[in-house]
Amino acid sequence: MLERAHILVCGGTGCTSGNSNKIYSEFVSRLKEQGLDKEVKLIMTGCFGLCARGPIVVVYPEGTFYQHVKPEDVNEIVCEHILKGRPVERLLHAEKEEDGSLKAINETDFYKRQKRVVLRNCGIINPESIDEYLAYDGYKAYEKAITQMTPQGVIDELKKSGLRGRGGGGFSTGMKWQFAHDSVADRKYVVCNADEGDPGAFMDRSLLEGDPHAVIEAMMIAGYAIGATQGYIYVRAEYPIAVERLEIAIGQAREYGILGKNVMGLGHDFDIELRLGAGAFVCGEETALLNSTEGKRGEPRQRPPFPAVKGLFSKPTLINNVETYGNITQIILNGADWFASMGTEKSKGTKVFALGGKIHNTGLVEIPMGTTLRTIIEEIGGGIPNGKKFKAAQTGGPSGGCIPASLIDTKIDYDNLIAIGSMMGSGGLIVMDEDNCMVDIAKFFLEFTVDESCGKCTPCRIGNKRLYEMLDKVTKGKATMEDLDKMEELCYYIKENSLCGLGQTAPNPVLSTLKYFRDEYVEHVKNKRCPAGVCKALVSYKVEPDKCIGCGLCKRNCPVGAISGEIKQPHVIDPAKCIKCGACIQACRKNAITK
Amino acid sequence: MKQVTLKINNVSVTVDAGTRILDAAKKAGFAIPTLCYLKDVCNEGSCRVCVVEVKGARSLVASCSATVSEGMEVYTNTPKVIASRKKTIELILGNHKKACLACVRNGNCELAQLSQDYNCDPHAYEGVTTEYEIDETPYLVRDNDKCVLCRRCVGVCNNVQGIGVIGPNKRGFATHIGCAFEQPLAATPCVACGQCITACPVGALHEKDDTDKVKELLGDKDKYVIVGTAPSVRVGLGEEFGYPIGSNVEGKMVAALKRLGFDRVFDVDMAADMTIMEEGTEFLHRLQDKTATLPMMTSCSPGWIRYMEFYYPELLPHLSSCKSPQQMFGAIMKTYYAKKFDIPVEKLAVVSVMPCVAKKTEIFRENQNAAGVPDIDVVITTRELARLIKNQGVDFKSLPDEKFDDPIGEGSSAGLLFGATGGVMEAALRTVSEVVLGKTLDKIDFKAVRGMKGIKSATVTLDGRKIKVCVASSLSNAKKVLEDIKAGKCDYQFIEIMTCPGGCVNGGGQPIQPSSVTNNVDVRGLRAKAIYDTDKKAALRKSHENPVVKTLYSEFFDKPGSHRAHEILHTSYKKRNKYYM
Amino acid sequence: MKTLEELQAIRDRMKTQMASRGAADGDDIKIVVGMATCGIAAGARPVLNAIIEEVENRKLENVKVTQTGCIGMCKLEPLVDVIVPGKEKVTYVHVTPEKARRIVASHVVNGNVVAEYTMNAKA
Repeated sequence: MLERAHILVCGGTGCTSGNSNKIYSEFVSRLKEQGLDKEVKLIMTGCFGLCARGPIVVVYPEGTFYQHVKPEDVNEIVCEHILKGRPVERLLHAEKEEDGSLKAINETDFYKRQKRVVLRNCGIINPESIDEYLAYDGYKAYEKAITQMTPQGVIDELKKSGLRGRGGGGFSTGMKWQFAHDSVADRKYVVCNADEGDPGAFMDRSLLEGDPHAVIEAMMIAGYAIGATQGYIYVRAEYPIAVERLEIAIGQAREYGILGKNVMGLGHDFDIELRLGAGAFVCGEETALLNSTEGKRGEPRQRPPFPAVKGLFSKPTLINNVETYGNITQIILNGADWFASMGTEKSKGTKVFALGGKIHNTGLVEIPMGTTLRTIIEEIGGGIPNGKKFKAAQTGGPSGGCIPASLIDTKIDYDNLIAIGSMMGSGGLIVMDEDNCMVDIAKFFLEFTVDESCGKCTPCRIGNKRLYEMLDKVTKGKATMEDLDKMEELCYYIKENSLCGLGQTAPNPVLSTLKYFRDEYVEHVKNKRCPAGVCKALVSYKVEPDKCIGCGLCKRNCPVGAISGEIKQPHVIDPAKCIKCGACIQACRKNAITK
Repeated sequence: MKQVTLKINNVSVTVDAGTRILDAAKKAGFAIPTLCYLKDVCNEGSCRVCVVEVKGARSLVASCSATVSEGMEVYTNTPKVIASRKKTIELILGNHKKACLACVRNGNCELAQLSQDYNCDPHAYEGVTTEYEIDETPYLVRDNDKCVLCRRCVGVCNNVQGIGVIGPNKRGFATHIGCAFEQPLAATPCVACGQCITACPVGALHEKDDTDKVKELLGDKDKYVIVGTAPSVRVGLGEEFGYPIGSNVEGKMVAALKRLGFDRVFDVDMAADMTIMEEGTEFLHRLQDKTATLPMMTSCSPGWIRYMEFYYPELLPHLSSCKSPQQMFGAIMKTYYAKKFDIPVEKLAVVSVMPCVAKKTEIFRENQNAAGVPDIDVVITTRELARLIKNQGVDFKSLPDEKFDDPIGEGSSAGLLFGATGGVMEAALRTVSEVVLGKTLDKIDFKAVRGMKGIKSATVTLDGRKIKVCVASSLSNAKKVLEDIKAGKCDYQFIEIMTCPGGCVNGGGQPIQPSSVTNNVDVRGLRAKAIYDTDKKAALRKSHENPVVKTLYSEFFDKPGSHRAHEILHTSYKKRNKYYM
Repeated sequence: MKTLEELQAIRDRMKTQMASRGAADGDDIKIVVGMATCGIAAGARPVLNAIIEEVENRKLENVKVTQTGCIGMCKLEPLVDVIVPGKEKVTYVHVTPEKARRIVASHVVNGNVVAEYTMNAKA
């Protein structure tokens, strides 16, 4: 019988960490208890996106959005909402219309401005059910491609759509497919790059967890278009849920004859194997990924030859990132014109961002290209918490740059981001407020790339290390103005001379902060001061005697006993002992401690 | 082949499609510096020294790996390129142990040369440095603090030799060349070929220097010190003294050795002749014995022996039981010579000069002590001999040509051929043919087994029977042959294997030429040519005609393959574990 | 292996099953069943199930069936609202499973309000 209600429990990464497995099992037993298990369908979905509010439960047909759900809340949802039709007010993601009625999930500020193409099924279907994927036109794009289109026709459609690689570089996907198609060989491969490694980014992860069949279907279409029968998905081993759901999806597809020999009886063979990456950032670089897939050390290769000519096992190989594949079926089904109607002149479609940092609605958002940074931060993201001011946004992870508040009206697309010294990257978007030190941010990202460099080429191995050491000097107040010039020069050298994309983009966080926040660097160098109060070496903690009431809270909270003072007398911090951890500031109720 | 026309610094040049920019530039008259690139060995594009500007390219391009295209415009010496190269070298210098004054490669260091050419400040990018322990074996020393991570050693070990006991470990700034699980080299199945040393542009890899041991022996008045030189030493040594590549400096070498104070200076070519007699006889026996293991494979190259023991122990019966010429030389000295001249064995020391570092390991093998003491006491390489000559103030270039000492100094030029790939086979064929046929050959040049090709084969007719022979050099080529044998696809009867590509002339102990030379000149071919040129003019060209050989058999060994010959001139092999963990 | 036809059959079946998911479209017809304690006591659950069954059997994709709590007319329960976009809300009272099936067939499918079951008729 048709279920009258569907309860969707988020099984994305964040919500799973928030115990959504327990919530799910609690629903199973409570529904049974109330005799509702036949009337109500319970499923675990992929990520809903609004991770800040997780664990999330959505109840259809009303589209009621419950946030911060705990296992002990489940009984109330079942007895009140499911049984009696009364939404549990205290758990609602409370956004109301002007007339006071509750906004449906898609009408909320977070979702309203989004356009979900890639994430269309995430948070809607059960990713472990191929039947649910089929319900939303699953595997119809492949059927259409193979029965109504030639391989070249598929590629032409992609070219016309204007789709560009979502993994970082933004190269035309259609051209990439064309090159792989044009290479002549006895064997070709289709590879999916699921080695998402930017700190804080989880776009690909969420897509694989929420809609694995979409990626499989796109790879099958790619196989048909370029003439390959074998695909590999290189996915990080640190993504256990993604790996598990991919394995389930591949198993189901094989069972249905959707993968394997003579796929869907349409005369083509295609199969997919998983390869688990061990967590090296550089393996997201396509040639390093190929090496790693072959079982070699994960290091980039010289290009040319490009993978489309000589890739996996020296055969022509098409390699796209997860999100790029996520667009393919929709382009085939809805046409290039539909896709190209979204976005800007040279950046079509949508882009998924992982929104993080100093912002209310941390999570996963998908927006049409050309959406301004302001819309993302202020409307979708809900603005900066604690009444702080927006200072900068960092896009593109360790390869990207910082966009200052003055450029908040920049329309996000590939070329605009490059023009202002950042890049799209895979889609990490980290928001910073006035408490962030931009030198420290640059140092953070560079430390990451220095750690993750494969060590093959000189500029990246030694150059980035030296650059990091110079930044470190700045944060410690030991640098000179000449050092700033030397740093900048070294940045350009590393970009020009490095072997692969990792090195070529590693100095971007430094260059963009030097460009937009040079004053802050100069302040560190000339006045030995960190304006944001982040760089420990340049900060000293002081008690303002006229504000201090001598309550002793700071003293009790200091982990190293650096604070002394009598009750009801102003306390004093011993700078020699102070480790600048900030515990006293947090403890003080009178804002009497400054740095 | 398709031709491509491009411009290098506005000079138009036409080259084959697929040519590297580096080589096209050379043709146009521009030298581009390289560091990590080593022709046929290493092409990782990792050092970034060879960058050039290509019009329209997003960033600078590594000319060692990028190939030409029609209408390409390349600039090899713009201010940006020069500044980039300079920075790259300065960065490398910033994490390089600059102990140049005491470095074995002082005067022959590619990094120092680049630093000089680009007017570098070695201290421009100082900072944290990596520090590693020195990894020392009886044949080779690895000093990672000097390593520039060009990976030429890795290329030669993995690609040329197919061994792969070294590779990059860790990542980022901590990347270093090491063995699996950070084990010392001694715990790995390294074959000790030393090709990594000659590939190294700096002093990160060098032979274990044994010249002090030689000096000690020479300073000991009680010791009677004999020295023997391997065939290839004389065609390599001159390079250390400024002679052109491929100069045979045998006469000056002998003169220098005499001036260094050796009591006797002999030629290991003589022992090579003995090897031919023993190995040829063994081969004929195997041919006649239906139950014997064929094909028979040569055993003169100690790296090859180690390779077989580590990697193909199941094929050990294919190896000839003959000791290598070095070990035969030592064994003859410590038995026959000691007895004949009544020198107590404990007072007799035998030093060998070899183009090889694996020879340094061979002297410690089991069954290499015919007189109850080691056959050979000290092995030094060609490079160490040059060092010794310079150290002792012998003015090499002004020396007269002198001859090896009597009575057993003389070797045939067949023995000399051992220095080049195919030489053992040719020497053996000269002797075996005549012994089998019992008549003198009209033509003794077996050209099919000469040359620098990795695997060569030929068919010769011996007494109406067709014999198929094969010659391979470098272990990756050897591996192909061995796999064929295992697969039963091999119809050879006699196979010569040399560990080093090109044979001993290109041994791991030979003088080191910088990549600017080896990338453009066939160094091993020139050295081999010197051997063949000498052979062509030699009076004595067959091992069995060497009067020394005849004397040795008549006075001491009776006949090839005799019981005494077996005791003194033959050895045995055993399976060895790859990793001691 | 599934044939193309079999795959399509799965798609069709699942589509109906999953129709309630996703946001309510402005064009959807809404059927709201009063499911408070009073409604349930008066037999709202069989009514709800009958409506769902009917929607499924008729493969109605533009219909959303939801529940609501007590609306204060407990004596008229089970109550069912039918909201056709652009039209006045129609409230049926004392609905039984049989009446519910007729309401779906007549009102939801064909647009003819079943006047005799409405609140107005009773009042």
